[in-house]
Amino acid sequence: MIALGELLGLCWHLAILSLMAIGGGLIMIAPEVHQYVVTEGRWITSEQFAAVFAIAQTAPGPNLLFISLVGWLIAGWAGAIGVTAAVIVPSTILTFLIARYSANAADSRFYRALRDGFAPISVGLMSGTGWLFMQVSNESWRADVLTVLSVLLVVKTKINPVFLILVGAIAGMAQWV
Amino acid sequence: MSESIYQDNVGTHLAQTHPGNWRIFYVFSKMALQGFGGVMPFAYRAMVEQERWLSATEFAELLGICQIFPGPTICNIAVFVGRRLGGGTGVASAVSGLLVLPFLIAIALGAAYQRFGDFPIFRSALNGMAAVAAGLILATALKMARGLLKKQVGLPGILFKTIMLACAFACLGLLKWRLLTVFMLFAPVAVIAAYLLDRR
Repeated sequence: MIALGELLGLCWHLAILSLMAIGGGLIMIAPEVHQYVVTEGRWITSEQFAAVFAIAQTAPGPNLLFISLVGWLIAGWAGAIGVTAAVIVPSTILTFLIARYSANAADSRFYRALRDGFAPISVGLMSGTGWLFMQVSNESWRADVLTVLSVLLVVKTKINPVFLILVGAIAGMAQWV
Repeated sequence: MSESIYQDNVGTHLAQTHPGNWRIFYVFSKMALQGFGGVMPFAYRAMVEQERWLSATEFAELLGICQIFPGPTICNIAVFVGRRLGGGTGVASAVSGLLVLPFLIAIALGAAYQRFGDFPIFRSALNGMAAVAAGLILATALKMARGLLKKQVGLPGILFKTIMLACAFACLGLLKWRLLTVFMLFAPVAVIAAYLLDRR
């Protein structure tokens, strides 16, 4: 358990990070969250982080829920609700205000520049995030093979990702990775 | 083809009446609970095809706008749609519909992990799951990159996007720079370059 002040600090940090997650959702702040809660805060271990991330991927709903689970491990209900609100509320308010005041700006040249400029960066950050995840959580070359296989299957087929996660669980239990 | 035109025609006559906050909450809950590995396909199905709150074109435009706002894209869509259907309370219904039940499911799984996570068999299962989860992120990025480059016309634009993508990947993934550093360094450059490359 952590002190209330530390929890508020964590929420504040996540709120700032959530405003930088443009174009691909909150997955891309995962390495920063890892840095903050594992390397600096030492509230949870790297293994726990990778585990709750994988668990969140098997659950239905928006992918931001891995942050809720990190909060849950750190401080129970207060942590889970606090960090979830921290990553949802600021961007939601911002979107609400923009939706209210500038609904017609969507086809201006400035808007297109924002969209076209952010898009490749968010894709690059997303791939960097996947890469970092591989480095942090895969302990053997066989795990790397599993990662590469799942990339190929998802890109080339319409396979349900949840099915792949289950295959990963089975492969893990059979000590293949 | 004719089917999508039909949907667009329906879309232009969208009912603007308030469907009721519970209905909004229900529809968003349903799409969230179906969304294993991504809510967006179910969001399209529910809002365009079933409820007819949006036309297909409106959905595509909304998606484009919501992607440049910070925060989860699907939550931003919920804000726009909730606001249009029911104002402030509509937004609250849509966003909470998207989050409340999936949140409780995630917590239940997290509690199970705390209880059983130290068992060797669960640890090894989670190792395998984490390897696949990393693959899912990479696959999403690859699909997005493919869509991005397919849409782009002209060599300068393609070069620009490829370079920006590669720089962001290398600095975050290989050099392990902080997200804020990478973003602050490349975002202004990318937006200015995109502005100058815009020929429309």
